[in-house]
Amino acid sequence: MFYREAGDFKTSYVDDNQTFPIKFDRYRYYFVLFFAFLIVPVVINDYWVNAVFMPFLIYSIAAIGLNILVGYCGQVSLGTGGFMAVGAYACYKLMTSFPEVSIFFHVLLAGGVTALVGVAFGLPSLRIKGFYLAVATLAAQFFLVWLFNKVPWFYNHSASGQISAPERTVFGIAVTGPHTSAWATYLFCLVFVTICALLARNLTRGMQGRKWMAIRDMDIAAEIIGVDPLKSKLSAFAVSSFFIGVSGALFFSVYLGAVEVGEAFGINKSFLILFMVIIGGLGSIFGSFAGAAFLVLLPVLLKNVLVGMLGWPTDLAAHLEFMIVGAMIIIFLIAEPHGLAQLWRVAKEKLRLWPFPH
Amino acid sequence: MKMKLITAAVAALVAASPAMADLTFSSLSYRTGPYAANGIPFADGYADYFTLLNERDGGIGGEKINLVECETGYNTEKGVECYESTKGSGALVYQPLSTGITYQLIPKATADGIPVHSMGYGRTSAKNGKVFSNIFNYPANYWDGASVAIKHLLDINGGDISGKKIALVYHNSAYGKEPIRTLEELSKKHGYDLSLLPVDHPGQEQKSQWLQIRRERPDYVIMWGWGVMNQVAIQEAVNIRFPMENFIGIWWSGSENDVKPAGEAADGYKALTFHNVGSDYPLYEDIQDYVVDAGLAAGAGDQIGTVLYNRGLYAAMLAAEAAKTAQKIHGTSAITPAMMRDGMENLEMTEGKMTALGLPNFGPSFKVSCENHGGDGFGAVTQWDAKAGEWKMITDYMQSDQDVLAPLVAADSEAYAKENNITPGCN
Repeated sequence: MFYREAGDFKTSYVDDNQTFPIKFDRYRYYFVLFFAFLIVPVVINDYWVNAVFMPFLIYSIAAIGLNILVGYCGQVSLGTGGFMAVGAYACYKLMTSFPEVSIFFHVLLAGGVTALVGVAFGLPSLRIKGFYLAVATLAAQFFLVWLFNKVPWFYNHSASGQISAPERTVFGIAVTGPHTSAWATYLFCLVFVTICALLARNLTRGMQGRKWMAIRDMDIAAEIIGVDPLKSKLSAFAVSSFFIGVSGALFFSVYLGAVEVGEAFGINKSFLILFMVIIGGLGSIFGSFAGAAFLVLLPVLLKNVLVGMLGWPTDLAAHLEFMIVGAMIIIFLIAEPHGLAQLWRVAKEKLRLWPFPH
Repeated sequence: MKMKLITAAVAALVAASPAMADLTFSSLSYRTGPYAANGIPFADGYADYFTLLNERDGGIGGEKINLVECETGYNTEKGVECYESTKGSGALVYQPLSTGITYQLIPKATADGIPVHSMGYGRTSAKNGKVFSNIFNYPANYWDGASVAIKHLLDINGGDISGKKIALVYHNSAYGKEPIRTLEELSKKHGYDLSLLPVDHPGQEQKSQWLQIRRERPDYVIMWGWGVMNQVAIQEAVNIRFPMENFIGIWWSGSENDVKPAGEAADGYKALTFHNVGSDYPLYEDIQDYVVDAGLAAGAGDQIGTVLYNRGLYAAMLAAEAAKTAQKIHGTSAITPAMMRDGMENLEMTEGKMTALGLPNFGPSFKVSCENHGGDGFGAVTQWDAKAGEWKMITDYMQSDQDVLAPLVAADSEAYAKENNITPGCN
């Protein structure tokens, strides 16, 4: 009844091409932005930001980045953890070398550095496809982790090999280091998430996105109609790695504050983010958010229900958590192989006809 | 339905912090994952001691103890989640049993005014309390461990190990890298050759490292391992027929669970320790009466008297003693984390105190002060007797080489102070 195009007249091409053509969607989007930017920061506390919101926001950026590569351009990558590590270590080196520059630019620059590294490791994609490419990116994962462990310059020769984020401020408010307030770190991450999501959404709606999708659907056909595979594949690697680098930088500097490359950016991280993309839905920005929410929030929720409310032993709860999350992944993928985003799409289609479906 | 689910979900997330109790202690444990074999006995010992105090004495100073356990899986992200979720309940002290999580908590806990006790792990230079006001690592730290191991080698070689080859097999993480600097400094002093063999997390794959050991034939192997890495390393050492008495593990690589999988062949393997082994103490009778027989034992209750159980018990005992000290200083039984910090800084463990607790000769005597948060660095060597199935102390407590370590601690803590704009000092 409310969710339909009818009656929402578009009088210009700009209106016609907007991201959310349906009025209800548009208002919902404004409401989410309003809620996230103005309501949440007022009520948020340390627990919510560190256990729920920050991991969700940061993994969302990583999932958007990987979704561009895997979902939109069809290049399977298992190097996400390694690229996040590049973002984190680039951010660390920049933070400690140029303490006077705002952390905001360091995060962006860290993304830029990761984009360059991503392009370098994307070169094999011009020759190999599918699972073989996945193995080639796996090499990136192991090589990068090894590199950051091996070369002391990356961790400023600290005895433990750990990197830890010194205090940095934005407009005089600390966003990294121990003396941060919950709302500041939350807003800092939220700004990056919003920028990244807008950028990704518009890139994928435009010519670049169409080129990526053409390559994904059939690369030979795409080449015949004039899509340059070199440029499109490498640009997908660059953009994807940029997002992943930004998320890695935030993960290290704002969220954890101290990381150890093998533990924080191991192969598990690559798989985790790939699962987010697959469960959320390949080729969907909303899916990236949904997948990140599913895999970040569900374990926390289960833990709090089983241990906090039911008072079960922690080890039993931890094991059950694995089983429940695993079972839910299987159930979701059987019920809807195209991920949570497809469920959302189907729901929207039904809403359009409601309450008079034919 | 959907609405109900969402409401239930929100309620569940909100309910993360349990009800306020009188004295809350948190146990960031790990009973799952590749480090569970070592995490479980420690968590059991830690929990059982507090259960004993609750059942026998009615808590500490008349205040009941509420132990909040949180599963970290030795994972730093989960560790952060655990810290944040238990912080709200007023946890007095954190003992994360993970060097990685300790590094996370050092700045956070200091900013929140909560003490952290990283007993025999964590950041070694936290010994300097002038810089690390809220971090404690008494009674011994990694650098002490490295030094005690070298001292033991000096002892069995008549004081001269120049030209000997020593290999360090270590967990490739902040934890395993800790002793490298000390071992390098000591090699300058004693003239041995040090070779470094990192093992990546979780440590199930060590064939190449041990192949290298077989090829290079070091005289001694020192190990900084944890979890499944220990069992694999000992098995690999057996496989290449490395003489077990020349293989020394840090105190985290010397529990029953580490040596038993290798069977009889592990006989003679040595490990360091900073507290006594076995269950031949009066306190264990109380544990049997008040905890085990009452059906309150933590976990499966099958770890009592093992090395890591004893260590968990020792950690809990030191925390309880610090809480008592804090209650005495501030004249109140309901202490806050800030008061707990004062209690830890003024903690004094004497032989008389330990005997009164039913743990005679269990650990070294030491006194904590603002200048020294790390105790005196006494350690001993234990050896595994596979036939009897028990660890035996084969040396007395030895003090680490303070001449070498003190400047290293000072240098590292000063670097930290500089990085984080801390003005060292006692208040």
